[in-house]
Amino acid sequence: MTLKRKDLLTIRELEPEEIFLILETADSMKEIASREIKKVPALRGKTVINLFYEPSTRTRTSFEIAGKWLSADVVNISTSASSVTKGESLLDTGKTLQAMHPDVVVIRHPVPGAPKILADRLQASIINAGDGAHEHPTQALLDLFTIRERLGRLEGLKVAIVGDISHSRVARSNIQAMRKVGIEVRVAGPATLLPRFPEQLGVEATTDVEDAIADADVIMMLRIQRERHGPTMLPSLREYSRLFGLTVERVKKAKEGVLIMHPGPINRGVEIAPEVADGPYSLILDQVTNGVAIRMGLLYLLTGGQRTER
Amino acid sequence: MPSEAAMQVHEKAQIMDATTIQRALTRVAHEIVEKNKGTANLVLIGLRSRGVDLARRLSQCLKQIEGVDVPVGALDITLYRDDLGKAGRQPAVRKTEIPFSVEKKRVVLVDDVLYTGRTTRAALDGLMDLGRPAVIQLAVLVDRGHRELPIRADYVGKNIPTAKTEQVQVMLQEEDGVDRVVILKNTDDQ
Repeated sequence: MTLKRKDLLTIRELEPEEIFLILETADSMKEIASREIKKVPALRGKTVINLFYEPSTRTRTSFEIAGKWLSADVVNISTSASSVTKGESLLDTGKTLQAMHPDVVVIRHPVPGAPKILADRLQASIINAGDGAHEHPTQALLDLFTIRERLGRLEGLKVAIVGDISHSRVARSNIQAMRKVGIEVRVAGPATLLPRFPEQLGVEATTDVEDAIADADVIMMLRIQRERHGPTMLPSLREYSRLFGLTVERVKKAKEGVLIMHPGPINRGVEIAPEVADGPYSLILDQVTNGVAIRMGLLYLLTGGQRTER
Repeated sequence: MPSEAAMQVHEKAQIMDATTIQRALTRVAHEIVEKNKGTANLVLIGLRSRGVDLARRLSQCLKQIEGVDVPVGALDITLYRDDLGKAGRQPAVRKTEIPFSVEKKRVVLVDDVLYTGRTTRAALDGLMDLGRPAVIQLAVLVDRGHRELPIRADYVGKNIPTAKTEQVQVMLQEEDGVDRVVILKNTDDQ
C-alpha cells in the first residue's frame, strides 16, 4: 500500500486505506521524537516551504519540526513580511516559489480552495494546512492518531464535537475522517453555529450539549471562530460559555474517563474550563505531540518518486 | 523488493531447511560467545523483519548455551535507505523498537541475507544515530556475495554462491509459516 497522490488537499478525497497508511507511518515516525538525536536522513536534499496566510503556532511549528527531523530544508514564509503585502496574487506567489523548485509547499489560506489552485498549477506537492472554513486534513489525521493511540481502536467509538461546527474546518475534516473509519459522530452547539443539513454529513446534531456528550468516548471542543462570524451569530461569549462550555460538572455527567480533545488554541473559561483542559483525561498536549509524527509521515509519503513522472 | 515480486520467478533449489537453519544458528550463537568472550554487554539488534525473528532465535540459543537473557531490539532502516525517492513510491516505514540503550554495548546486527551491503550500511548509520556502541558486529543467515560496499559479516550461517539475476528468499516460521531458504530464478532467464 502506497499513497498514490501528489497532494493532500482534503480528507474527503482520501480512501480509508490511505488514512490508515498515514496513521501507520506516523506511528513509526513517533519513535524518532524519543531519541536523543532527533534526525533521520530520509528527506535529505528535499525542500519544504511553509506558506502561511493566517496566523498559526502549532501547525506551522509542527510542519517545520517534522521537515527538519526528516532532514529536509524548511523555509517559512509569513505573508505579512512578504511580497503579498505589495499586492502579489496567490498564483504569482506560487509560481515564484515553484521557480525555486521546492518539493512540498504547505499552505494555510483564508479562502476555501486556495490550496487546490496551487495544486493544479505547481509541480510541488501541496499540503492543505487549513483553507478558510473548508478543511484542515492534517488536524483530523492527528486527532484520529491520538484517539487510536489512547483507545487502541477507532471503529465503533462515539465522538461528540461541541462548538462552532459550521465555521470549523477542523470539524468538517474530522467528521469526514471519523465517518470513514467507522466512528459515530454527534455535533452540538448553538443553532446558529450548527450545520444546516447534518444528515448529509452523516452526523446527529443537537443544541443540548449534555445530551451529545452523555455516552461519548471522546469529547472534542472547538474554539469559537469569532473572526469568521457575522454580528448576529452569538448574543455573548458569557452566554455561550454557560450553555455550551465544558465544565467539570458537565464532564461528571458524561462517561467515566471520557477523553477530552481540543485542536487549540484554547480560550480558557469560554469553551473549556481550565480544570478540564488540564485534567487527567485531557489529550490536548498529546494532540500537539502527535501532530509532528503525522506531518512527518505525510511529508515522507508525499515525497516519493511521482515528480519525475510529470 | 516490490518490483522483483512482480517478476515471474521459479524455485531453482532449496538451500536450507528447518534443521540446517537451526544448526547454523546454534553454531553462530557459539561463535558469538567465543568472539565476545561471553555475553557481557551483548545485545542483538535484528533488521526488520526477518532479521528480528533470527535475532530472537539467536537469543534463545544464547540462553541455552550461557543461561543468560541477551536483549533483542528491532531496527527499521527504511528512512536510511540510499534509494529513497529515486524509484517509484516510498517503501513502508516500520517501527524501530530498541528498548535499551546501545551506548557502550557490544551490538550484533542480525539480518537474513547479506547481498550488496547497502542495507548494512543503512543499518550502521541508523544504529549510530541511537548512540555509540562499543562494538558492532554483523551476523547473517545467508551470505550470497556480490558486495557493492566494503562490508563483511562476522558470522555467516551459510555462504551461497549465486548469480546476480537470482534471488535468495529466506522463509521463517514466524513470518511465513515454514523454515526454508531457496534460490529463485527469473523464468525468462532459462
